[in-house]
Amino acid sequence: MKILVCVKQVPDMESRFQVQAGGTAIEEADLAFRVNEYDEFAIEEAVRLKEKLGEGSELTVLSLGPQRVAEAIKKALAMGCDQGIHILDTASRDPYQVASLIYQAVKDQDFEVIFTGMQSQDLGYAQTGLLLAELLGIEAVTTVVSFCQEGDGFLVQRELEGGQRMNLKLQAPALFTCQLGLNQPRYPTLPNIMKAKKKKITQLEAASLAPPAARSQTTSLRPPAKKGQAKFLEGDLGAMADQLVAELKAKSLI
Amino acid sequence: MKALVIAESREGQPLENYLEGLSYAKALGAEAALFLVGAAEALPAFAGTLFLAEVAKHLEYNPKGHKALILSAVEQFGADLVIFAHSSYGWDLAPRVAQGLEAAQLSEVVELAEGKPFLPAYNAKLRRQVETSGKLVVTLQGGAFAPLKAGGSPQVTALDTDRQSQVEFLGFEAAAAKELDLTKSEIIVSAGRGVGKAERVQLVRDLAAAIHGDLGASRPVVDAGWVEHSHQVGTTGQSVTPKLYIACGISGAIQHLAGMKGSDFIVAINKDKEAPIGEVADLFCVADLTQFLPILTDKLQG
Repeated sequence: MKILVCVKQVPDMESRFQVQAGGTAIEEADLAFRVNEYDEFAIEEAVRLKEKLGEGSELTVLSLGPQRVAEAIKKALAMGCDQGIHILDTASRDPYQVASLIYQAVKDQDFEVIFTGMQSQDLGYAQTGLLLAELLGIEAVTTVVSFCQEGDGFLVQRELEGGQRMNLKLQAPALFTCQLGLNQPRYPTLPNIMKAKKKKITQLEAASLAPPAARSQTTSLRPPAKKGQAKFLEGDLGAMADQLVAELKAKSLI
Repeated sequence: MKALVIAESREGQPLENYLEGLSYAKALGAEAALFLVGAAEALPAFAGTLFLAEVAKHLEYNPKGHKALILSAVEQFGADLVIFAHSSYGWDLAPRVAQGLEAAQLSEVVELAEGKPFLPAYNAKLRRQVETSGKLVVTLQGGAFAPLKAGGSPQVTALDTDRQSQVEFLGFEAAAAKELDLTKSEIIVSAGRGVGKAERVQLVRDLAAAIHGDLGASRPVVDAGWVEHSHQVGTTGQSVTPKLYIACGISGAIQHLAGMKGSDFIVAINKDKEAPIGEVADLFCVADLTQFLPILTDKLQG
């Protein structure tokens, strides 16, 4: 079985984000990048499926972005993917363009199962996976919290509101977008990191994949207007604790 | 402008989130119609056109079928805008419908300013404005737009299609029984990812015990297995409104905020001053949990 997992590299969400002059993108210089958290669950599920199927199954990881994105692909390779595809791209793309570029790169490769994260932590579109499935004309199930392969079919659970779940059964080819908690993503071990260095990463130029025009364009990026009335306490921890206790007592909260 | 608002039903009952969609349409001055895959016996209150497809035939999960039905309603109504809730139903269907319309989609719209939609970005630390042209599909963040008051009965236009997903819908599975009902708690002290490891949840438990509060948790802490699911606060856990909510090491993902922002008084303890929990907090202690919590607990016990 040919399996694909699509991953995005995102800035660490704990970062302080500064908007570039021009006001439509963030300053990347001081940011640390990592694999989108949802995609780590997608990688883990893909590796588990490959391991379960054993001989004859092949797992490819794909990512799109500038040179730095190679690090995300290497991590997925160290977690157990067999090979990588890097669509080199420095432009800012909307989800339709990203899905179209991935589609162009993989449409002739007959992947039977595709995993993605359910959304990215940075922009949270929750669109790219579904758009890719639409372009490929295959079934897609989002927000997967339980995944089980049986024969040529899959039993999966989608997560709904309030912890309720929905049970679904479907056949390959299919795309699954993975929710947090689907599994426990493994840490790459040192031997596997070394092995991953020998795995092949195919580079494709985005321009060679004929990206379509964007359907949406970011026109401004700004901090939210502070509704917040938050009073900030900083400095000496003992004094801060005293002040907090006093405030809570004054309001009869404790 | 004409807006088609997508209503949802769950286990036969219409949900109320369509009222937020109607509110969004109204804010834009758009003429609204509703769409629902549901049952004629349980219609949403709405004085206007309802495009209705029978849930008995089209099921509650059948994305290809629902997509085809929505596209048909968009065409019949002449909609320029399709409005979903950013819910498990909405985020699953919206991109499929957008692709069917070759339209842009804006996910999780949180604000309208001068008629322009804004979206959360970078962990809600920034807001993004996006321009589109032609038809548009949006999903709305739950709670971002005040629901219109429900009223009236709809004029039903029946819809049907033979399109069907090759996905077999086997039914619902209820959430695990809640051993703990946090909705009645007066004080909740919650642990977030910032606690760093399982053992340190004890620091949060100690604080909760010192002020006779209940332990809450954010999703990552529950997913990691550090705290049981019955303690989870947020859209996939419990929605709570205590008098006092103390968020320890919780950055404030939208899904968590949605479940606790109705609390009377919110204290955030976090070393990241920029964390979006600051948007809803009344008091924000900028501190490292490992050092601060023992000091605080000690003072509260003393």
